[in-house]
Amino acid sequence: MRGSPVTLEPPGPEPTGLGRFGEFGGRFVPETLVPALIDLEHNFREAWASEVFRAELTELLTSYAGRPTPVTECHRLSERLGLRVLLKREDLTHTGSHKINNVLGQALLTRRMQKQRVIAETGAGQHGVATATVAALFGLDCVVFMGAVDVERQALNVFRMQSLGADVVPVTSGSATLKDAINEALRDWVATVDTTHYCIGSVVGPHPYPWMVREFQRVVGDEAREQCRAILGTDPDLVVACVGGGSNAIGTFAGFLDTSARLVGVEAGGHGLESGQHGASVSRGVPGVLHGSRSLFLQDEDGQILEAHSISAGLDYPGVGPEHAELAATGRAEYAFATDDEAVAGFQLLSVTEGIVPALEPAHAIGWLARESGRAVPAGSTVLVTLSGRGDKDVALIAERLTGERL
Amino acid sequence: MTISLEAHLRARREAGHKLLVPYVTGGLGDDWLDVLHAVADAGADAVEIGIPFSDPVMDGVTIQEASRRALERGATPAGIVAEIASDDFEVPLAVMTYTNPVAHMGFRRFAAALAGAGISGAIVPDLPLDELDGWGDAADDAGVETVLLAAPPTPDDRLRAICERSHGFVYGVTLMGVTGERDHLASQAHEMGERCKAVTDKPVLLGLGISNPEQAVEASRFADGVIVGSALVSRVLKGGGPDAAHEFVRELRVALDQSTQPTR
Ligand SMILES: Cc1ncc(COP(=O)(O)O)c(C=O)c1O
Repeated sequence: MRGSPVTLEPPGPEPTGLGRFGEFGGRFVPETLVPALIDLEHNFREAWASEVFRAELTELLTSYAGRPTPVTECHRLSERLGLRVLLKREDLTHTGSHKINNVLGQALLTRRMQKQRVIAETGAGQHGVATATVAALFGLDCVVFMGAVDVERQALNVFRMQSLGADVVPVTSGSATLKDAINEALRDWVATVDTTHYCIGSVVGPHPYPWMVREFQRVVGDEAREQCRAILGTDPDLVVACVGGGSNAIGTFAGFLDTSARLVGVEAGGHGLESGQHGASVSRGVPGVLHGSRSLFLQDEDGQILEAHSISAGLDYPGVGPEHAELAATGRAEYAFATDDEAVAGFQLLSVTEGIVPALEPAHAIGWLARESGRAVPAGSTVLVTLSGRGDKDVALIAERLTGERL
Repeated sequence: MTISLEAHLRARREAGHKLLVPYVTGGLGDDWLDVLHAVADAGADAVEIGIPFSDPVMDGVTIQEASRRALERGATPAGIVAEIASDDFEVPLAVMTYTNPVAHMGFRRFAAALAGAGISGAIVPDLPLDELDGWGDAADDAGVETVLLAAPPTPDDRLRAICERSHGFVYGVTLMGVTGERDHLASQAHEMGERCKAVTDKPVLLGLGISNPEQAVEASRFADGVIVGSALVSRVLKGGGPDAAHEFVRELRVALDQSTQPTR
C-alpha cells in the first residue's frame, strides 16, 4: 500500500560531542579536512532545522525519487517461510535503490555550500549512479571513484554513470574495491575541499557523515513504521536489513528504535565466517579507526585492514558505520550474516515467489530470513525487510554463476 | 639514550641552521636501516620513519607504493620499532603512522614501545587536535613528543591551540593535498610558515611536496626548516639504496647551509 506523501519527521537524536555514538564515531582525518567537516556539520545542522530546506527535500523525494515507496505484503513468500513478510520497496525509487534519498539531501547541501563539484565512491555502483543522477539534475561536475575490481563486475552501472555525465575513476590501489575507492576519494577531497563536496554513500566516514546520512535515510524507517501500522495494526516483530556500510539498515532502524521490534542487520558472510573471506565486520571485526571514524573493522594482528569478500560489491566493505557498532555494543540491534550461496538462494526465492528481483545486497536479508525461519525467527512472526535495491545490476553476474556463461 | 626532538631542533636552529627532516619508509627493503643511517650521516637534523599502514589516506602514490612494498616484505609496527631499538642513532627519530596501527597496539603500549626504542616523537596525521586525548596522554606520560599538523584552512584560534599542544615541532602543511613530489613549491607555503611562526616559538617545519634543494631553500625562508618525504622515498623505490638517499639528503643539506651563509 502507498502512504500519504512524505513529510519528513523532525530530526532524530544527535550523536554526542564530537560525533560519538558511545565510544564509536569521531573525526579522525588530517587537519587539512577538519575545517571543511566543521563547516559541513554547521551547514547540515542549519539546513536540517530549516523548514524551507526540508520542504525542498520532501518535494524532490516525492516528485523526483518517487517517494513514498510502498510496503508490499508478500503472500507467497510468507506462506513458503511460515512467516508474515512485508517488504519496504526501496527498489522502486528512481535509480533503483535507497541511495537516492541520501544523495538528494547531500546535493541540496552542496548547492547551499555553493560548491560546484561532487565526488563519490561506489562499490556496487548504486551510490555512484545516484550521485551521477543528481549531479546531472543539479548541473554539478561529478567524479566517481570505484575499485577496479568493481568496475569489472558492475560494468552496467559504470556505463550508466558515464551516460549521466560522470567521470568514473578506476582505483587500482590496495584490494581495488570499495575501501580503496573511499581512500582515493578522501585523497581527492583533501586537495579540492574548497570547491568540492564529498558525497559519502553510507553511514561511514568522519562526523557529521554517519549522523547526516542516517538522517537522510531515516525517511525509509519513518515511512515503513506508519505503513506497517496501517497493514498490521502494530509494529512488526522483526525488522531486517542488509548491512554494508549500513545506511539502509540504519535508516530503517531509525524508524523502529523506540518500538519493541527486534532489529537485525545482515552482513555479508561471503564464503563463510570461518573461511576468513567475508564482510562481517560486526560479527568478526574489532574496534579500530578507518576512513575517519572509530568503529568495527576487519583487521589483522598488526592493525592492517583486511580485504572483505562478498559476492555483492555493495557489501564488500571491511567496516561498518559507527552507529551500528554502538547498536551492537548496547544490544539494541543484532547482527547476523548470510553467505554468498544463501544470498543467491534469497535472490532466486524472492524472484520466483513474488516476481521481485532483488539486488544481491538485500538478497542477503532474504537469504538469512529463509535460513532462520522457524529457528531464530519463530514461525508466525511478522517481519519487515528493507529491499534496498533492485537486481538489474546483478542478473548478469548471477547468470554467470548459475550457468557458467556470460550473458 | 633518547634525544629530545624539540631540544635538539631548537639547539640546531639557535646555532643558525635551517632544519632538515627527511622521511624514510620503515621496512622498505632489507637495507632500510642503512638508508636511515645514510640520511642521518648526510646531515639530517632528525629522521621521520614511516610505519606502513594498509590504508594511508594522507599519502600519494610514492609513499603508498613504499608502504605496500614494506607490508609485502612483512613489515609490522612492532617489528620496525624493534629494529630501531636494536640500533643506535645520532639524531632524534620520530615515527609517522596512522591511528589504527597505534590504537590496535593500544595507546599506552605503543607509546611505551617508542620510548623503549629510543624514538623521540610521533606524527599521526589522522589524529587531529580534537581526537588527541587518549594518545596524547599516553604519549606525554611516556615522554614521547607528539607533533601536530597545521594546515592552510586551519583558522587562527585553532592554529594557536595546535601550536600550543604540539611537541617536538609544528608540522606546517604547505598545501591542500597528499604527500608526493611537485614541480613548484605550493603558493600556500609562505603564509603557512609565517602564520605558525607568528604564534609559536617552537620549531616550525614545512612539509608536503618539497621535492628538491631549491624548493627546500625557498620554503625554509618562511619557517625553521623542511620535511622531505616522497622525493627521497622515490629514489629508494627506484633502487638507489642508501647511497642515493645519502646523496640526495647531502644536496639538500648543502643548499640549506649555503642559504644561511651571510652574503658577502
Ligand atoms: C542495493 C544496495 N543495498 C545495500 C547496499 C549496502 O550499503 P548500505 O549498507 O549503506 O545500505 C548497497 C551498496 O551499494 C546497495 O547498492
